[in-house]
Amino acid sequence: MKRSMSVFNMTTLTLGLAFLYLPMLLLMVYSFNASRLVTVWAGFSTQWYGELLRNQQFLDAAWVTLRVAVVSSTLATVLGTMAAWVLVRERRFLGRTLFSGMIYAPLVMPEVITGLSLLLLFIAIGLDRGILTIILAHTTFAMCYVSVVVSSRLVTFDRSLEEAALDLGCSPMQAFGHVTLPIIAPAVVSGWLLAFTLSLDDLVIASFTSGPSSTTLPIKIFSSMRLGVSPEINALSTILISIVAVGVVVAALVSKRQIARRETEEREGLT
Amino acid sequence: MNPRRLVLIAAPYAWLLALFMVPFLIVLKISLSDTAVAIPPYAPTFDLSAGWAGIREFFGGLDFENFIWLTEDDLYWKSYLSSMKIAAVATFLTLLAGYPVAYAMSRAKPEWRPTLMMLIILPFWSSALIRVYAWIGILQSEGYLNQLLLWSGVIDTPLSILNTQVAVYIGIVYTYLPFMILPIYASLEKMDESLLEAAEDLGCTRITAFWRVTFPLSKPGIIAGCFLVFIPSLGEFVIPSILGGSQTLMIGKVLWEEFFSNRDWPVASAVAVVLLLILVIPIVLFQRNEERNA
Amino acid sequence: MESKPAPAPFAPWEDAAAHPLIRFEGVTKRFGDFTAVSDLNLKIYPREFFALLGPSGCGKTTLMRMLAGFETPTEGTIWLDGQNIAPVPPNKRPVNMMFQSYALFPHLSVWDNIAFGLRRAGKDKETVRARVEEMLRLTRLDQFARRKPHQISGGQRQRVALARSLALGPKLLLLDEPLGALDKKLRQDTQFELMDIQEKTGTTFVIVTHDQEEAMTVASRVAVMDAGRLCQVDTPQHIYETPNSRYVADFIGEVSIIEGRVAALGEEAEIAYAEGARPIVTRTGGAALEPGQSVFYAIRPEKIWVGAAPHPDRINSVEGTIVDIGYLGDVSTYHVRLDTGQMVKALMTNAERYAASRFTWNDRVWLSWSRHAGVVLAS
Repeated sequence: MKRSMSVFNMTTLTLGLAFLYLPMLLLMVYSFNASRLVTVWAGFSTQWYGELLRNQQFLDAAWVTLRVAVVSSTLATVLGTMAAWVLVRERRFLGRTLFSGMIYAPLVMPEVITGLSLLLLFIAIGLDRGILTIILAHTTFAMCYVSVVVSSRLVTFDRSLEEAALDLGCSPMQAFGHVTLPIIAPAVVSGWLLAFTLSLDDLVIASFTSGPSSTTLPIKIFSSMRLGVSPEINALSTILISIVAVGVVVAALVSKRQIARRETEEREGLT
Repeated sequence: MNPRRLVLIAAPYAWLLALFMVPFLIVLKISLSDTAVAIPPYAPTFDLSAGWAGIREFFGGLDFENFIWLTEDDLYWKSYLSSMKIAAVATFLTLLAGYPVAYAMSRAKPEWRPTLMMLIILPFWSSALIRVYAWIGILQSEGYLNQLLLWSGVIDTPLSILNTQVAVYIGIVYTYLPFMILPIYASLEKMDESLLEAAEDLGCTRITAFWRVTFPLSKPGIIAGCFLVFIPSLGEFVIPSILGGSQTLMIGKVLWEEFFSNRDWPVASAVAVVLLLILVIPIVLFQRNEERNA
Repeated sequence: MESKPAPAPFAPWEDAAAHPLIRFEGVTKRFGDFTAVSDLNLKIYPREFFALLGPSGCGKTTLMRMLAGFETPTEGTIWLDGQNIAPVPPNKRPVNMMFQSYALFPHLSVWDNIAFGLRRAGKDKETVRARVEEMLRLTRLDQFARRKPHQISGGQRQRVALARSLALGPKLLLLDEPLGALDKKLRQDTQFELMDIQEKTGTTFVIVTHDQEEAMTVASRVAVMDAGRLCQVDTPQHIYETPNSRYVADFIGEVSIIEGRVAALGEEAEIAYAEGARPIVTRTGGAALEPGQSVFYAIRPEKIWVGAAPHPDRINSVEGTIVDIGYLGDVSTYHVRLDTGQMVKALMTNAERYAASRFTWNDRVWLSWSRHAGVVLAS
């Protein structure tokens, strides 16, 4: 027997979702407000989007952010996948405890500390702060997230698939390329996406590790925010939220369709 | 050890040592140094060219002055205490808000659950900065909330919520709500429905069945959720600096200001070390809880 | 329990001049403190269908994984065709394995799964195509070639796994519980298919199983293993009829074991098993016995005749009471408590539909058997 949803549960869910989505909806609606006074509605307008596109500082920051995110998430995916492999498959090597500690620690480390410590490192070794230092910083903490995502997939991976590949003549590298990687690919891709959005959204660590010529979008947004609400920021936020929402929803729908197709195929296959 | 295996272990290992472990040791070292008007603004600096004497001098120059300073200036211990209080209260509020949602999700039709899950996770993918920023427009004195309340006649003068601790609570609950909902939902969802039927069969009312069966069984989820909210809240910087105003003391903000405004690196480092020491306790407890329920 | 006699001319293990394909020489494998295989010697000959039989944890899987190259012996040597295979990695061995989980690559079609090894071996397109199609025909999978593994049934998956491991034409095929995931009916059909394919391809098969019926059906020889040691290596018929220990007798099929002592020894032995009871008369089958030695007498239930009076032609007859009856349709098993206390199982065929089932609970019956019916075991 399945109980039907009670009124109480319906109300709770509605309120909960409203709490999560209403603030963002308001922000998005008011980004089309004609008035500079953000909270007073004065008619529909897209002028703030136009101004945003003419604002060279924002465009520069967006370009820096994008480059940092692409490079660091790719590096983080490679290193994170290696680390996940080591965590799951290498049961014994010198300093394994330290290794797994260093994978999990950045996940709980306050961003201010991660940022501070990396900045002190870059100063100590005399590395000028700029895009490179942000990339190094983002790669470091994003690889830990990637390795958690990928290792949770590797744990459930049937190792006899790899043994079968070896048995059929693959070298260990070929077995990884032909068998393991294609099968864990969805986890690697979602690891990359996670790393990408983490890098895109990061304010604190980027603030510590960026130089004057490498302001990222969150840093720019944050310094404008301190002056209060502004319609340009609303417009920019709306664009960013929309990109993420569309991306996530499309990804979810694609994977849902794949699962559905797989299920019908399985039914057909068995009859 | 074959070379392939060596590379596989060494590459991520070396990266983490260089960009996680070494920076952390530098923080530790600078926290024991003295402030200096120099570049970099601390002393002593490590000078290998001076040989053994240089190393001895280096260690001789280290002391716990900054940590003593942290205990003497009440700004620091007040902000540690206030951080802990804010994080604890906000965690409790998040639990109050999150549990009913998680419970309602677990009672929803199975075909709806993945969609609901996605709706809960979706905000997490968009920038926390923007989501916190969205509340400025709601909470400020001429914001949407005050407009609504004034219009409906509930209040006569606008409430000032922005730049208070209340705003920080709202910000933390809003930002970390998914972290609370998901583990609780996970523990409720795998619960066998027939347990409730058995409880009712044995004479419980719906409500006592909830308190005697459902709630105890969701405890691991509650504990996990509380840690997942408490740990990041403690070192939070963005929320207090955007919503909290100047009167909200949180240690993440203090560290930031010590570093960027006062340029006092040794004290900032000492603040960081103490914050980490405080964090170790909940992290270890969380780890234990996870292992027990694994 | 039917036992399949090995084809009469095929018995290379009896031919001293025959060259074994595989030779285990004092092989020991330890994992930490645990000894999985201990000082094992074994020869397996070309074209054999060899079964490793034993309970889980007896070392049979470790033995197979050492052949495949996933484990290396701690001590001793494994020779394959006269070559020590310890330094050869799994991808360079002329040995293929069919995995218990089948380990079909989920992202590849049936066709590509079968072609996988051929492509790694650098075969040209035409050769790959011809070989894959040959394998598809052999395993009757032609119409499923384009499907993915999750789109076919369990029995079909099993055949894909077989086709894939045979595609490279290995000298030796290892099968790890190949039928474990199939239901009973399908399993019986597949057993005969396996034997058929083994005969057609002439490949040496080594199968690991815990199912004694399966081992008896398919194998030319069976090795019964326990705790890392070989208990007995012989044809199914010999394993069943002349087990060399209580463990083997008990592991394969039903058996009643009576403890006793050698009371008299000549061409026949007399086994005294209880005070005042007539000793059991039995042929010794050449076992080295001494008078007074304590032994075990093992007898299969189907060798015992159940009647209201002693059977006139059988030398051993004892009286007892029926305590339990298991009706299985074709046969019934009687559990009889002898007046001397021992429990003995006897099997009767239900040849008539309404034979007014002659015996029931608590009936007094006579059990009779011949001097050839049982075996005397020293351990």
